[in-house]
Amino acid sequence: MVLAVEVEGLRKEYGRTVAVADVSFTVEPGEIFGLLGPNGSGKTTTVECVQGLRRADAGRIRVLGLDPATDATRLRRLVGSQLQDSALPDRLRVGEALELFAAISPHGPPWRHLLEEWGLADQRRTAFADLSGGQRQRLFVALALVSDPRLVVLDEMTTGLDPAARRVAWNLVEAVRDRGTTVVLVTHFMDEAHRLCDRVAVLSRGRVLATGTPAALIAAHQPETVVRFTAPPDADVSFLRGVGGVRDVARVDGTGVLVRGSGPLLARVGHALVERGLEPEDLAGSVPSLEDAYLALTGGAAEDGAA
Amino acid sequence: MRALRAMTWVELKLFVREPLTVMFVLVLPLVVLYVLNGVFGSQPDPTVWEGLSPIDFYTSAYVALVAATAGVLSLPVHLAGYREQGVLRRFRASAVRPAALVGAHMTVTVVIATVGAVLLSVLSVVVYDAALPEDWLGVVAAYLVTAVAFAALGALLGFLLPTARAAQGLGVLLFFVFMMLGGAGPPKEVLPTALSRVADGLPVTYASDLVRGPWMGQGWDGTALLVLVVMLVACVGLTAWRLRRETEG
Repeated sequence: MVLAVEVEGLRKEYGRTVAVADVSFTVEPGEIFGLLGPNGSGKTTTVECVQGLRRADAGRIRVLGLDPATDATRLRRLVGSQLQDSALPDRLRVGEALELFAAISPHGPPWRHLLEEWGLADQRRTAFADLSGGQRQRLFVALALVSDPRLVVLDEMTTGLDPAARRVAWNLVEAVRDRGTTVVLVTHFMDEAHRLCDRVAVLSRGRVLATGTPAALIAAHQPETVVRFTAPPDADVSFLRGVGGVRDVARVDGTGVLVRGSGPLLARVGHALVERGLEPEDLAGSVPSLEDAYLALTGGAAEDGAA
Repeated sequence: MRALRAMTWVELKLFVREPLTVMFVLVLPLVVLYVLNGVFGSQPDPTVWEGLSPIDFYTSAYVALVAATAGVLSLPVHLAGYREQGVLRRFRASAVRPAALVGAHMTVTVVIATVGAVLLSVLSVVVYDAALPEDWLGVVAAYLVTAVAFAALGALLGFLLPTARAAQGLGVLLFFVFMMLGGAGPPKEVLPTALSRVADGLPVTYASDLVRGPWMGQGWDGTALLVLVVMLVACVGLTAWRLRRETEG
């Protein structure tokens, strides 16, 4: 089976600025693949090269088996795009935009169902300039899907959406994937990436730091689980060091206890406490998130420069 | 082909929703024609307007001006605005060929200009007693060459100018220069030598001559035809070159 996207040794410079130094990854057909990274890490430049909107300085790109540099026109019929920093004519109405994008697709697909799916039915006759940020964003995603593409690239799809609209968007993206469309998702929301992506690549300064499933990245880069509870200052909690998976037990602020380690730490610590007759009411654990792994990977530093 | 048709239809609707350009292309020439007719009347004066009656002279000049205005004022503003706002990127990422977009804009420009030109001609003939064309087919052909040539100039400007504001500034400037010096303003015979030379360098001057020839039964003006065809070919070529460079960015 042909890979949906194959990028090998991609490099792109703008003048003296190196936007992408060396990026390689592959996207399997039918998966949601996430590109994560701080601002200026090269995510957008990478997907622009993938879509044939920019020409790579070096490296090899294949999208659905085609070379975006030489087969851009054929490719664009197979790929749907939701771009960052793009717009529509101010006076173009929502319904007209969908109708136009349907008409310029090869088989002139139906488009009215997208109004309902993306919550734009009431805005059908609203001009682009009068849409809210969230409505514009939903329209762009709907336009990316109107041609019924085999691959869709969503660049910061949920930026500007309120929390409820984000969740609706997530469900729709999963529905798109379940219909067999491959999705490349550029995002800096870790909860979004964790929830949606089958695999992710973390970019920083134009290079790939890590690739894998969210769970694998967490396990590899931020395996630490933390359990907290309060106990009287005179209570001896050092026995917890003998519990499986515990690496470190520390007292904080007199009454607080912080246990660090890996594995199913909360259950084991809870069990050990109860056996010793300690039953803290505030026993709580925090599982490492993709965000922790991401911060560990990227060093938590914000990057600037061309996005 | 379907893409071009769909784009053209949408762009036509968008154009009509843009009051400023509608004003400049459709309404302003009518107002100026009214004023000029009030000033000059319809008595021929052998020293100016090539000896023609003022209304006959100005009708062909205004037909040319409407086509020129649609090309240099409305089209570049739209195209430059499209690039500035990211509309061009949006279309390019879909299967829209740049040629289809340019084609749609040029078609709309020619259609709108034609509406304006017909409106103006009818008014001139019916209200102000301008002469009917001697050679109808010639007038239509001369007009179409003019309209397409200026639409091509507009497309080129739209891709060269960085912003909609820049395009609007240059467009308004060109509009007034075209109107004042291109045969639609004071007769060329009374212009000072320097301005008369400028007028000789304006494409719109040749466009009025081109339309006037068959209209007044004087035959085709070969020089005017050559100037406009060269402008058309040059603009289309440069626009294509510019588009190719842009897609390789």
